[in-house]
Amino acid sequence: MFNHLLSLLIWLPVVGAIPVLLAGTARPNLARWLSMLVAVLTFVASLFLLQQYNAATGGLQLTESYMWIASWGVHYGLAVDGISVALIAMTTFVGILVIAGAWEVIQDKPHQYMAAMLMLEGLLIGVFCATDALLFYALFEAILIPMFILIGIWGGPRRVYATLKFFIYTFFGSVFMLIALLYLYQKVGTFDMATLAALPLTMKEQTWIFFAFLIAFAIKVPMVPVHTWLPDAHVEAPTGGSVVLAAVMLKVGTYGMLRFILPIVPDAGAHYAWLVIVLSLIAIVYIGYVALVQEDMKKLVAYSSVAHMGFVTLGIFVAFMLVRDSGNVAMAGLAMQGAMVQMISHGFISGAMFTCIGVLYDRMHTRSIKDYGGVINVMPWFGFFYVLFAMANCGLPGTSGFVGEFMVILASFSANPWIALFAAFTLIIGAAYTLWLVKRVLWGDITNSHVAEMKEINGRETFVLASFAFAVLALGIWPQPLVHLMNSSVSQLVQQLAIHKI
Amino acid sequence: MQLSTSILLTIALAPLVGCLLAGFFSKFIGRAGSHTVTLLGVGISCVLSFHVLYQLTLGGAEAYNQNLYTWFQIGPLNASIGFLVDRLTAMMLVVVSFVSLLVHLYTIGYMAEDDGYTRFFSYISLFTFSMFMLVMSNNFVQLFFGWEAVGLVSYLLIGFWYKRPTAIFANLKAFLVNRVGDFGFLLGIAAVLYFMHTLDYATAFGSAPGLVGRTLQITAGTQWDAATVICICLFIGAMGKSAQVPLHVWLPDSMEGPTPISALIHAATMVTAGIFMVARMSPLFELSSTALSFVLVIGATTALFTGLIGIVQNDIKRVIAYSTLSQLGYMTVALGVSMYSGAVFHLMTHAFFKALLFLGAGSVIIAMHHEQDMRYMGGLRKYMPITWITMWIGSLALVAVPFTSGFYSKDAIIEAVGLSHRWGAHYAYFCVMAGALVTGLYTFRQMYLTFHGKERFTVLAHHGHDHHGHDDAHDDHGQHEPGVLAHAPKESPWVVTLPLVLLAIPSLLVGFFTVGPVLFGNWFGSAIHVDAADNVLGELGQEFHGSFAMALHGFTQLPFFLVLIAFVSCTYIYLFNPAMADKIKRAFMPLWIVLDRKYWVDNVYFAVFAQGSVKLGRLFWKVGDTAAIDDVMVNGSVKLVHRVAASVRRLQSGYLYHYAFAMILGLILLLGGYWLMGSGHMGSVLVGQ
Repeated sequence: MFNHLLSLLIWLPVVGAIPVLLAGTARPNLARWLSMLVAVLTFVASLFLLQQYNAATGGLQLTESYMWIASWGVHYGLAVDGISVALIAMTTFVGILVIAGAWEVIQDKPHQYMAAMLMLEGLLIGVFCATDALLFYALFEAILIPMFILIGIWGGPRRVYATLKFFIYTFFGSVFMLIALLYLYQKVGTFDMATLAALPLTMKEQTWIFFAFLIAFAIKVPMVPVHTWLPDAHVEAPTGGSVVLAAVMLKVGTYGMLRFILPIVPDAGAHYAWLVIVLSLIAIVYIGYVALVQEDMKKLVAYSSVAHMGFVTLGIFVAFMLVRDSGNVAMAGLAMQGAMVQMISHGFISGAMFTCIGVLYDRMHTRSIKDYGGVINVMPWFGFFYVLFAMANCGLPGTSGFVGEFMVILASFSANPWIALFAAFTLIIGAAYTLWLVKRVLWGDITNSHVAEMKEINGRETFVLASFAFAVLALGIWPQPLVHLMNSSVSQLVQQLAIHKI
Repeated sequence: MQLSTSILLTIALAPLVGCLLAGFFSKFIGRAGSHTVTLLGVGISCVLSFHVLYQLTLGGAEAYNQNLYTWFQIGPLNASIGFLVDRLTAMMLVVVSFVSLLVHLYTIGYMAEDDGYTRFFSYISLFTFSMFMLVMSNNFVQLFFGWEAVGLVSYLLIGFWYKRPTAIFANLKAFLVNRVGDFGFLLGIAAVLYFMHTLDYATAFGSAPGLVGRTLQITAGTQWDAATVICICLFIGAMGKSAQVPLHVWLPDSMEGPTPISALIHAATMVTAGIFMVARMSPLFELSSTALSFVLVIGATTALFTGLIGIVQNDIKRVIAYSTLSQLGYMTVALGVSMYSGAVFHLMTHAFFKALLFLGAGSVIIAMHHEQDMRYMGGLRKYMPITWITMWIGSLALVAVPFTSGFYSKDAIIEAVGLSHRWGAHYAYFCVMAGALVTGLYTFRQMYLTFHGKERFTVLAHHGHDHHGHDDAHDDHGQHEPGVLAHAPKESPWVVTLPLVLLAIPSLLVGFFTVGPVLFGNWFGSAIHVDAADNVLGELGQEFHGSFAMALHGFTQLPFFLVLIAFVSCTYIYLFNPAMADKIKRAFMPLWIVLDRKYWVDNVYFAVFAQGSVKLGRLFWKVGDTAAIDDVMVNGSVKLVHRVAASVRRLQSGYLYHYAFAMILGLILLLGGYWLMGSGHMGSVLVGQ
């Protein structure tokens, strides 16, 4: 059996970026087709991964481990569990759509754009399967570089401000993670995450490490109040950059929480669960209100991303509460599963929403909501997709947006009805900001001559939106395959929550 | 005997297939193809629904309860998609599919000129599918799916004419108000899961008695009864969907949608989903008399106070919309006195006569070239006799004249409320009784203004030829002066009148034949659970001696006299003394203003919730995100670093004499310090000892 599938998944897009880059400015179409080939091959490889991974047994599988930096005991260590597999599959799926979405849109140095995208994809896959903390850290930082380039070169007018804010903000956070990792390293002499997970730590140590990790990952998610880089980055990023940022990069933050906070500092995590829960609820309610009044479509969807990611952090930490306070393992599993499903679902929905905005932007070169109105009159098929994704964004049952939020709200009620009450508020405020956006952009009579000249989506755009729509509906109608894929990994995580390390 | 899964699946999926074909392939199958496939889909469902009803009633089939597939399985927790089909479901299936079929047929005529013809058929078939999923569900997840899916279709259909600002305001409002209800509903489902560890109806109802005595801690020291929390939360969902006060505000505005969907969704079926849901949850509601009192008071308030608004409306559809609100209130009252089967019975009769009234109003609207204001109608009976007669039948059923279907369902509710001892029953009895008078007033007023009296419209002479035919009847839509018609009104085509006739028959007769078994014969069996102590219907049943006797008895009762008063006064005012209406209006001006402004509920909601939320959002954004977080925390720290760096940088000027000066200064300070601190210690530091 070929046992380097994970390496293949990481290196195929990274190495594949080189010929794309070599195609150069002179042969943009070659660059496009090459990058599409690489993205499709990576996606096919992820299908093999889905097939190879044994969901029934769970645990880490397809392990690879080589000594990387012998003097520090750093390994090139890779392995996946069900959660990683799901995230990787989502990444490769979105990868194809991002390449397709940028096809004719990026006219300036398309080869570099495509190469940066592929590089980013490979590094993100790497983050999702690293089992060595330093490798994780290196990849976690490395993904900043292609994204920095994507925003900095193909971004909007304020791209320098946005890209610096984005870079320094996340970089600032990860310094704390590095310090925490170094502290752990000097205790055990390894960065192996499984060893770190088994390491007993005092409450004082755990508290310091917990906050170091929390700062690093909270910025990435992003959680309130360290979220303000996200709207700026989204507004300035090119469409593809926004799609990857929202769909995949944000998940690196919550994924980091699962891999570091949960196993390494469970006691501090449980002790401060209330803090993360409160911040998550603020994200859901407060950010919902902020989203309501945005005048820029991208900002609105960016804020809505913050609110929806609030459900992921809420689910993870409500699981802490359920396990530690009432020993309710079944409900904790529901909360954790809800958080995981929400991660995948948000990937599709936010990716689709940003693609839709990109479609509008390509035609009108404005993101301002007031410049639109009555788009449905000229773009009925686009309208169909837009309404579908808007409904998914408001968590309509039958779409993927419902599943995760539903699970998290149900489980939260068992932890404390008040948490569920605030979380369920998303039903109202989420619908309000999303559908008000739809009303102002899509419905109504044609408001100006620019809207009147908008052209219906072409075949390529239809392909991208239809693919997102397929994913959103498939997950919404039948979430069980995804749940099953992650189930044993989730129950292992939940069991870890119960382990006291002091 | 078991019902066959494939038949049930066909019932649910046939409309979905029709929806997809009409929605995605209308280019290939055309307008006729679109209405054919959707009509066929719903037709199949309708025939099979009658078959299922027959099987369950006379064929000896048992209730069907099976899961189709696993939606998710997490540890012990299972959520499945599945069907529960008992007599309660079967009745809903028949009502939904029958009315839906007629509305599909009617739409062929009503929407003939509309550009969105195929889209409309796709939507109403999608609605039918969603409604089937809702009523056939055997668990809370699928119930919520159907619940929100019908909300989605309602949103799409209210905003069907998306160019109209009022329509796209109304659909957003409808969705959001419904979401407020769903907010409660979802918490109710969460509470069910918390207390009973299941999302499956049968398991939940089975363990419902275990809820007694359990409580939920809301705040330290406050314990709420589990069943009360669950039922009130679930009922908040019903208040949204079934438009009960104070979540009723979306329904009148939903009249912005085309008339066929006002009949189907906003009168006959979707708005009754809340009633159906509470009836389905009867084993839970029976555990909390507090929750039922809440239901009772809300329903009674809705029944009377929304009906009053109907009296002052001039838009023919809005009168019927307020009447729908009021009738939904009656159903809710029935739920509140534990008379679930009475509520569902009224749901059924109401579906027929209210769909009839709406479709009749639509027929009038076509004839009037899309004029909806009754002040420009009058005397239409001679132009459109079929519409006129069928609408009278619907109206008589609505005001509950004995022997009509509406009488049997409504009179039973009023009597049952009179017998009930539940907290709030006295208030409810007053409301439903006064409501009978109110119903009469707005109904007769509407009928007279529309069909009787003098014609208050003029017909342009040069257009008064019949050979212009149907086609340009709609051309002047929206452009004419009020009360001026391009040519004379005429009866609608058969696709419009046939549904009217087919609805008039059950409006008149279905009550007479079914009241015995459905209300007093325990027809629903185990589908509805009523605690013996609260069984007002059982008490009422002891006085029941057949439909004929019940109707005769009805002639001697107060509700009938109230209707008679309404009839006489409306007849006098609108047929013989038209000026009187204005005099009354002027005499009761303050009251008229209160009703005309709809108790200012809409204004308050708009100011507080819509504008208030936007203001709050702006405050959060400008003060919270922009000022506090971004300017102070983020850019503030950047600026701080900048300032520190800038001042430090000034030290490194590059001039040799600056550095020389600094060195001298440093030396002086050091030496000075050395001298001040005394001899030994500082010196040893300096030389590194």
